[in-house]
Amino acid sequence: MTATDPSPMKPVPLVTADTRAFWDACAEGALTFQRCAACGHVQFPPRPFCTECRAAGPGMERSAGLGTIHSFTIVHRAPTAAFKADTPYVLALVDFDEGFRLMVNLRGGPPSDARIGLRVRVLFEPLAGGGALPQVRPLVE
Amino acid sequence: MTPVISGAADTAVGRLDGSGCMALHAEAASAALADAGLRADEVDGVLCAYSLAEPHLMLSSVFNEYFGIAPSYSAAVQAGGATACALVMQAAALVRAGICRNVLAVCADNRLTGLGRNGAVAALAEVGHPQFERPYGMSIPAAYALVARRCMHERGVTAEHLAAISVTQRGHARRHPKAQARDPLTMEQALSARMIADPLRLFDCCLVSDGGAALVISAADAAADHTDRAVSILGYGQMNTHEHAFAMPSLTDFGCRQSAAQAFAMAGLTPADIDVAEIYDSFTITLLAELESIGFFPKGEAGPAILDGALELDGILPCNTHGGLLSYGHSGAAGGMFHIVEAVRQLRGEAEARQVAGAETAFVHGDGGILSAHCSLILGRA
Repeated sequence: MTATDPSPMKPVPLVTADTRAFWDACAEGALTFQRCAACGHVQFPPRPFCTECRAAGPGMERSAGLGTIHSFTIVHRAPTAAFKADTPYVLALVDFDEGFRLMVNLRGGPPSDARIGLRVRVLFEPLAGGGALPQVRPLVE
Repeated sequence: MTPVISGAADTAVGRLDGSGCMALHAEAASAALADAGLRADEVDGVLCAYSLAEPHLMLSSVFNEYFGIAPSYSAAVQAGGATACALVMQAAALVRAGICRNVLAVCADNRLTGLGRNGAVAALAEVGHPQFERPYGMSIPAAYALVARRCMHERGVTAEHLAAISVTQRGHARRHPKAQARDPLTMEQALSARMIADPLRLFDCCLVSDGGAALVISAADAAADHTDRAVSILGYGQMNTHEHAFAMPSLTDFGCRQSAAQAFAMAGLTPADIDVAEIYDSFTITLLAELESIGFFPKGEAGPAILDGALELDGILPCNTHGGLLSYGHSGAAGGMFHIVEAVRQLRGEAEARQVAGAETAFVHGDGGILSAHCSLILGRA
């Protein structure tokens, strides 16, 4: 990285051994999270142990993909040139119904649609070079 | 051995054309040693932070070599905005343990000229999680805007409460001849400035600066041989709850609650006993949320109190009397150290036009990350 000359490329997730199964599922249109078989603790991002009881190998489960916006901002000043054309865009923390939280962008409407408590559904955006990035759009009942 | 702050100094701050990261370290260190009445070869401990403009794996070793000293103990610490307070806490522990007699803690970076404003924003955004935050275009202001929005939702914080912070601190900076931002700032200007990450506008965000600061933490008996202006370290504490924005356990209550409680318990004081507060203000919401988490104000009451002038020099809690990161300057870990230097000056009665009358106790707080790492100090007039 050269800080004075930010790359025009958006950062793409660099998959690790911890997260390979998560990103593979995203590529197939499934949002997954971990639940500990020993204590029931739900956690995200994936890792090879439970942060609550330290048991090994929490299982991966598929989320229904429904959640609620816990907080959001509308970004007007992009962190790098790569995001400048997207401004203004919504950055949100979404609490999924199974009990884990993701940072995402809100799609499918103007930024002014964003509000705390808005019900949302996951969608997947293709990534350059393969794979898919989970995002959300308002849930239309 | 009882630890004291025996020396404190800072360099000029702002746009320092031609400045270098290590030269700023050395300038601040020399001034702090002079303030303490010490020679460089009397330093037996060196603690440094980190640099974005000139990153190095072992910054304290780089500094020692550059400055021409060979301390028996040296380390670099990286805890973002909590670093400066954490250096004082670590230095105090080294002195108490009898490992060091005089610890030099020094922080500096030439962020503004070394990286440029765009470069600094981009470099700082890399604290976002590489898989689960950065691909979404998270910036540091955006992460703090998530906190601000939730505090507005849960606590009734308003844009006016936040603007009152930047206006109050600009008033303080205007009394400090070295402050980077000294133009008058009105509520109307703050409330209509361009949006950075809604609800945070331009003046809700801290500056990007070049500059450095240094402290000497000594055993009380070692300091007594060289200075009669040492400041007592009455209490300190830390709390570290998470790193990334998506992992915040709460968006309205933070680890400063526990770090401050530890510091107050060690000092045998309460928030009501504090005469002057120097609290990390990377954004206006940072300061407001911390004032409530620490217990200076009940939940939901900091904003209205600030509108009423609580943080003014003659208010109930004079706060960020140098102008803080919002108006004095922010050059990385040195930004947090400016708060400590200002507290020392207030307690010595050396704060000139911004002196808080009769200041005998000071509370200093630093937080790093997204309100992730917290360190609190309580200092007293010796």
